[in-house]
Amino acid sequence: MTETSEIALKREQQLELYYYLRLNRSLEEQLARLFRQNQVVGGLFLSLGQEAISVGTAYALGPGDWIAPMIRNIGALLVRGYKPRDILTQYMARYTSPTQGKDTTSHFGDLHVRHVVSPISMLGDLIPVMVGVAMGARYLGQRNVAMTWIGDGGTSTGAFHEGLNLAAAQKAPFVLVVENNQWAYSTPVARQVPLVDLADRARAYGIASSVVDGNDVLAVYHAAKEAVEHARRGDGPFLIEAKTMRMSGHAQHDAAEYVPKEMLELWKARDPLTRFEQHLTGGGLWDARTKKALDARVEREIAEDLAFAESSPFPQPEVAEQGIYCEGCHEIAPVWQRPTEELLPPKSGVRAEWAAFAGKPAAGGNGALPGRRESAPKRKSAGRAARTKPRPKAGR
Amino acid sequence: MAEVTYLEAIRQALDEEMARDPSVVLIGEDIGVYGGAFKATEGLLARYGWERVIDTPISETAIIGAAVGMSYLGLRPVAEMQFMDFIACCFNQITNIAAKSHYRWGAPAPIVVRGPSGGGVHGGPFHSANPEMYFVHTPGLKVVCPATAHDAKGLLKSAIRDNNPVLFFEHKFLYRRAKEELPAGEYSVPIGRAAVRREGRDLTIVSYAAMMHPSLDAAGELAKEGIECEVIDLRTLLPLDRETILASVRKTNKLLVVHEDTRTGGIAGEIAAVVCEEAFGDLDGPIVRVTSPDTPVPYSPPLEEHYLPNAAGIAEAARRLAHY
Repeated sequence: MTETSEIALKREQQLELYYYLRLNRSLEEQLARLFRQNQVVGGLFLSLGQEAISVGTAYALGPGDWIAPMIRNIGALLVRGYKPRDILTQYMARYTSPTQGKDTTSHFGDLHVRHVVSPISMLGDLIPVMVGVAMGARYLGQRNVAMTWIGDGGTSTGAFHEGLNLAAAQKAPFVLVVENNQWAYSTPVARQVPLVDLADRARAYGIASSVVDGNDVLAVYHAAKEAVEHARRGDGPFLIEAKTMRMSGHAQHDAAEYVPKEMLELWKARDPLTRFEQHLTGGGLWDARTKKALDARVEREIAEDLAFAESSPFPQPEVAEQGIYCEGCHEIAPVWQRPTEELLPPKSGVRAEWAAFAGKPAAGGNGALPGRRESAPKRKSAGRAARTKPRPKAGR
Repeated sequence: MAEVTYLEAIRQALDEEMARDPSVVLIGEDIGVYGGAFKATEGLLARYGWERVIDTPISETAIIGAAVGMSYLGLRPVAEMQFMDFIACCFNQITNIAAKSHYRWGAPAPIVVRGPSGGGVHGGPFHSANPEMYFVHTPGLKVVCPATAHDAKGLLKSAIRDNNPVLFFEHKFLYRRAKEELPAGEYSVPIGRAAVRREGRDLTIVSYAAMMHPSLDAAGELAKEGIECEVIDLRTLLPLDRETILASVRKTNKLLVVHEDTRTGGIAGEIAAVVCEEAFGDLDGPIVRVTSPDTPVPYSPPLEEHYLPNAAGIAEAARRLAHY
């Protein structure tokens, strides 16, 4: 475990990280049981082995920051304040779910309290959306950062490129976490991208990046903290590549027989929960009683929420036709944290021409043309991953 | 009072909405310093500054994605497609993110996607299309196609104030050709309501956008022969103003639908189905379509003239239907 930062997490915070990791893992184990019992009416997508990324990155955010989770980021939703019942009722298609049964999995959000944008299934397309969230927050005078995740597979999409390029051109306060879990469904990363580190892509956009061991929750947290503060300072977007391994199939129907057994064995030894437990024990941060109490709390919360979900009704059929349009049901009111007078004439006026080469990158809205960079943005490394660089052993 | 062009009416709507509400921002390609490929945003950067008139890379997906993201914070972005043909590049953002947002998770996405569509200016297959029906087929969107300068301004204002994603198909043939005096004060035109442009008793012609004008010309021609056409301008394709269409058909008992969009899957088919379901007993003749053929929009003038419906063709079809 890496805990080298000057701003080391307090014991209570580390125990909280354990709580979220355990909740993430146990909730998904419960979901797998429900799937086998046919209580999950659709597909089930697990984040087994990747929990440290969801939990560690989301834990680095402030309350006003924004996230858009992917399907394997249930841990981030839990950190953001969602409860097991929200995920259980989504998968079980109940009326009490955040989408009233209209959508499944992690496909829900909250614009007002938790600042969560709902994902869609098309990979990469959340990136430009979250860049827009980052731009919008800055425009409103807020100091909030927008974060989203993408898998190694999703980095091949056009939306990934368009979104990151716009983020860079706008110098938007945006953090992208690339979860390199070695597999895009059945295709190994080496067959998708001719790069050792997906973080190298950041250099092409002129943005900062780091590589982190995605199975080390503290390393992930510190990498995310650095990225979030970088973005919040106004230094532009940041890309984190978190190296990890998808330890189950793409979805529950997929036995993942295409994954070499020795690769699973290698990564099993790096299990993020086991490692963090060893860290807590080795560092004397907890004892058996503390662990038992936390595990019991997790089990109790899941059991209570499972009872809630199981007793929840399915939606009435007519719900299918409700809510296509917003017909005054939602109030749309931006939260201004700056005087709006400066956005209206005559204060807003500018010379509508491109300024001469100003020698610095254009930052989200002046007329300065970007000058030559003195040096390419540096890659930062956090944790051991930069040295060990775990890679798939899939054969060609 | 001076006449205002359709294009200037659009610029005025943007200007007035930006002055009224700082949550209105513009995003698109070449809309700032250059003022837009057709100058629809000319002068707005100087008035509202870099933060509110955002020039982007050539990235339609990022433009719409960023607009949706901004709208989640309560802003009201207006995104420009330099040509509406390019909306194909951001189809996923519009149909899967924006359109389904409110239905799936109760998040309104109040964006406007506006830009020039349509033929008649020798733009060729990639600068002339009428892609509106892809989006009329997508629940959750609104689709607006104004035919006059008055409506272009009034409907764009309504689109910006709407809580839902609105696709605003301007017609580039009308940009500098359609002009009229506009009301001096503030006004808007409601989305979802058609306009009866000419009253008549013998048959109904339903059209929209640029085809409104040859439809009116044809109605004028037929009036000389004693055939009185009622001409309806749809103005909004989604949601469709079924009541205005049905009321007219119940009066005239005959229906001709004219559009510049291609034939198969055009709005005429949907209107015909609605009329058959709701007013079959009122029909005294077949429902007739005058549309472009099922081809891309060709470039060479003889080809494009053949492709586009015109007043003579509309009059001929209306005459035959009247005598059916």
